[in-house]
Order: sequence, then C-alpha cells, then structure tokens
Amino acid sequence: MNRRLREWSLAFAMLAPSVIVLVTFVIYPLVRAIWLGRQRCDALANCYRTNGWRQYLDVAQSREFQHALWVTVKFALLTVPVGVALGLGLAVLADRQLRGFRFFRTVFSSTVATSVAVASLMWLFLLQPSRGVLANIGWLNSLFPVLKSPGLLNDPGTALTSVAVSSVWANLGFTFIVVTAGLQGIPRELQESAYVDGAGPWRRFTNVTVPMLSPTLIFVAVVLTSRAFQAYGEIDLLTNGGPSPQDSTTTLTYLIYGSSSITKSDAGLQSSVAVLLFVVLLIVSGLQLRGLGRRVHYGS
Amino acid sequence: MVRLDSITKIFDGVTAVDDVSLEVADHDFMILLGPSGCGKSTLLRVVAGLEMPTAGDVFIGDTRVNDIEPKRRDVAMVFQSYALYPHKTVRANIEFPLKVRKVDKATRAAQAEHAAEALGLTEYLGRKPGQLSGGQRQRVALARAIVRQPAVFCMDEPLSNLDAKLRGETRAELVALHRRLESTFLYVTHDQVEAMTMGSHVAVMSRGRIEQVGTPSEVYAMPASVFVAQFIGTPPMNILPAGLVEPGDVLVGVRPEHLHLDENSSVRAHVTLVEHLGHETLVHCRIGETPVVLRTPADEAAPSVGADVGLDVPLAHRHRFDAATGRRIEA
Repeated sequence: MNRRLREWSLAFAMLAPSVIVLVTFVIYPLVRAIWLGRQRCDALANCYRTNGWRQYLDVAQSREFQHALWVTVKFALLTVPVGVALGLGLAVLADRQLRGFRFFRTVFSSTVATSVAVASLMWLFLLQPSRGVLANIGWLNSLFPVLKSPGLLNDPGTALTSVAVSSVWANLGFTFIVVTAGLQGIPRELQESAYVDGAGPWRRFTNVTVPMLSPTLIFVAVVLTSRAFQAYGEIDLLTNGGPSPQDSTTTLTYLIYGSSSITKSDAGLQSSVAVLLFVVLLIVSGLQLRGLGRRVHYGS
Repeated sequence: MVRLDSITKIFDGVTAVDDVSLEVADHDFMILLGPSGCGKSTLLRVVAGLEMPTAGDVFIGDTRVNDIEPKRRDVAMVFQSYALYPHKTVRANIEFPLKVRKVDKATRAAQAEHAAEALGLTEYLGRKPGQLSGGQRQRVALARAIVRQPAVFCMDEPLSNLDAKLRGETRAELVALHRRLESTFLYVTHDQVEAMTMGSHVAVMSRGRIEQVGTPSEVYAMPASVFVAQFIGTPPMNILPAGLVEPGDVLVGVRPEHLHLDENSSVRAHVTLVEHLGHETLVHCRIGETPVVLRTPADEAAPSVGADVGLDVPLAHRHRFDAATGRRIEA
C-alpha cells in the first residue's frame, strides 16, 4: 500500500509542473472566458448581469459579429492562398542551386525576424497618403489616384486588401522557411527519375514537388489560417478597424480588442466573441485537415 | 551502342571521372564495377544525362548526346533507392513515363499491364509503394523502366537494398530480363558477384579511371593490374613481394586456389588462421609481413595454426605485375 502511495506521489510530483502551467495559463482562462461570455460586465470584468448561454446566441446573431466574421473570412481568403503560393514559389526558386541563392534565401526569410509592429509601420510609411513613399511617386499616383486620396488604407474598397498585403509580406518568411525545409526532405532521386522519364519542370513540380510537400503545405495553410483569424496588430496599426462607418477591416479579433470596437468596455461581450472565434477556428481547422487531408501524402 | 569518348567529370575541383573511354555494344550487359567513390555512378549519370561531362563526348548510337536532354536520349534509369513516387499507385508509377510522353490512356494501360505481368506485379497494380516489400518495389522500378522500351537501361546498384536471398533471385531475373528485352544494359555495382554472374562485360574502375574491360572470365583470369587482381575474387589474389619467388621488380600474383602446401618449397609461411567453411578450407598465412591465403578442399588435411609450412607457387598460375606501376606484365 505504502509503495503504491509512493508511486502515486512521485507521478503527481512529476506531472505537477506541466499540470500547473496548463491549468493556470490554458484551462483556467478558457473556463473563465466561457463563464464571462454568459455575463454583461464592465471593462474590468466586474459583472452585473447574467444572460446565460443565450448571450452567445445573441452575439452570434448580431450584425456586428456577422460583419466581423465576414471580414475575417475575406481576410483569410486574401492572405492564405496567396501566402502559401508565394512562399512555395519563392522556396522552389531559391532551392535551385543558382548563383546567389544563399543571399535570396536570407532575404526571403528575413520577415520572420520582423515584428508585426515593425512590418505594419513600414507599410504605413509606404501607404500613408500625405507622406507615404508610394503615394508620392508621381506616375503611380496618376495611375492610381486612390493612393493619394483618400489613400489605400482609408478607402473602404482597398483597406482590407492593403492590410492583407502587409500581412502576407510579414508571414512570407515563416512560409518560406517551412517550405524550404520541406523541399530539402524530397529525395533528389525522385526529381531525377521524373527528369529521365521525360517530365519537364512544370510536370516535375506538379507530380513530384507538390505531392511530396503536401504535409508541409497543409501545415502552413492551417497555421496561416489561424494567424489570419487572429490577426490584430496590423489592423490596429494600419486602419484601426476602419475606415468607418463601413468598418471594412473590423475582424473578429479587432471586435474583441479594438480600441474603437463596440465591445471595448464590456469584458463579457468580448469573451462571448472570443469563445465564438475559438469555435469558428476549431471548425475551420477541422475542415481544412479533413478536406485537404484526403489529398495529402504522408510517409513513404 | 553507347560510346564514351575521353569523358572527364570534375566536381568543385575533385575529379570524379578521369579521361574514360568505353564502348558498349548493342544488347551488351556492361557492368561498371568498382569500390565506393571510384566514379562509376557518375559515369552512369553522364550517360543518362543527369550530369554534363566536363570534357569528352557521349554517343548513343551515332548521335552525340552531350547537349541532349535525358528524355530525348532513349534511356531509362533504375535507382538504388528505386525512386518510386510514394503518392502514386504501382499502376500510376509504371504509366508515368508514358503519360509524360502523352501516350493515350488505353495504350498506357495496356503497356503498363504488360510490363507488370512481365515482372509478376499484376496483383499489386492498385497498391502504393509503401504497401510493397523491398523486392516488389524493386520490380516496380524495373517495370517503370521497361514500359517505354528504351534502347539503353542505366541501373545504379539496384540490388543493394535487398537481402542476400532476394538479391540472388533478382540477379537471375535481371539476366532473364536482359535476354528477353535485347536492350543494352549499363549496370553499376560494387558487388563482384553481381558483376561476375550477370555481366557480359565488366569495366573495373578505380579512382575515376577504367582499369580493365573484358568478359568476367577474362577479368578474373587475366587481371590487367594489381588493383583488378585484388578487387575480383574472394578471397582476393595473393600478391607476393618482388624478389620472393622471381628476381627483379616483379610482383607475383597467385589465386588462393592455385597455391599449394609443399614442404619442400623454399617459400616458407607461418599459419595464422584456419577457416573451415564446409566445402573448403581457407588457410591464412604470413610470409614475413605479407598476408597470403590458400584455398584447399575440405577433405584435405589442413595445417594447424602456428605451423610453419612451405608453399608451392605454380609457374602456370603466376600473374606478373610491374612493381612500380602495378600493371600486368605479359609473358
């Protein structure tokens, strides 16, 4: 009996550090957010009314939530396919042992070391209508007057795309590095065999490179989608969720945290949106893994 | 016919193939044999078009193919790792070379089935390579090579990933396949048993150069250099130091089966190890610092370890090599 007790105590002691970390930083905040999402509270989470589970339904049916969900989906559709395609394209180009490929590898992967704040400020410096670099190139300005007035980030039609471009740029380093690592795992003999069999570069790319990279590509797609659904920094810095009144860049995360968001003084509503975002992301990732997973080749 | 004319291949200052010329006749089964790093695989890749020679010309038939892409060389390649597409079925793997040549679907299917049947793969056509054994994968790689009936087959150590039993069986299958296809085979291996049993000709390579080209029995019976003499044969040929049995700067080589115990001989050796292999016995000795091996029938009495014995080196079985160059001295 004593021995059994000793074994249990030892097991608990070994598990304790990770259990404590998990409970403190994951399980407790999640349970607390789910609980808060049923209440109306002030900004400091002092709750004054309980609406119960109905509050989730009310939030999900609200115009603000549905608009933010649609903006988020558009943002993901603008950033994920382009991000994956660009990362793959650049990685394949830099994988060829051409002159200077090491330099380009460094350049392409450099954005991984750039914070969202720095990337966003750089794009702000490029796109800002009065002093921005792009807005003050004469011929470009006359070709696209929107650059100067009202400015790409201030026009409801171009704001989301502009933020998406900055986001794609900021994530490119990550995609490039992961795809490059994946490319290096493809046996050289597979490419050579296809080459001897008569396959040109495009057929080798579609018949060997892409299928062999499929686990890497689906990983990148899931991570980029998750990042797109949680994008906040670039929106806060570039557009502040605007331009208003269309709120063209108010995504779900911005609806939760944004300084001009309608939920900003209610920790209960913020939690409702956060929990709903969690559920949406769970469904989207599940669909991605199920849908794309069928076409993925794992192992030999 | 494949003709290599003074081929040199240099990688980053390292010479992998050094001024090699070789002619492979139509329907020949030419083995490129040599130790690791001797340049045999590089030479094969030059023929297949996967490497450009630094100097020299490659001819397939009468056409100089240096600047011609692999797909227009009418060459198929079988790799050591088989290089099967793991995401495609066996059928799709075999059909792939036809598909890229835009052969219509019905013809493709018929030819793939024919190739699969020839290699006993019909029941596996719907499987993926990951579901096959090593031997079956190897046969899929062969089926993919034969399906488009190329003029030349390049094979880079295709048996080295198989276990000993399967390797023996597949050797015989490859010889039968070569006979049936009547194509030209260029086959790289470091395994002398494969070379001796499969090749109609063997090119022995060392340090980027060809040491000797001949039939397997020529290479065994008349090695052109000390390297060939010691690379072919198990155990390898004994090389006796200059001055021991013959005067002058002449190394004398003698195969283990041609050395005999002779108490009256002036060539004295010290027995260090006796190996009884069942059908024969190997007696390891030392003459001074030089190791020598005798092969004797199992039913003959073997000397005991530690004994001093005399060795007879029959005149008829002596191979003479120049001590300075290592090249054979013709009688």
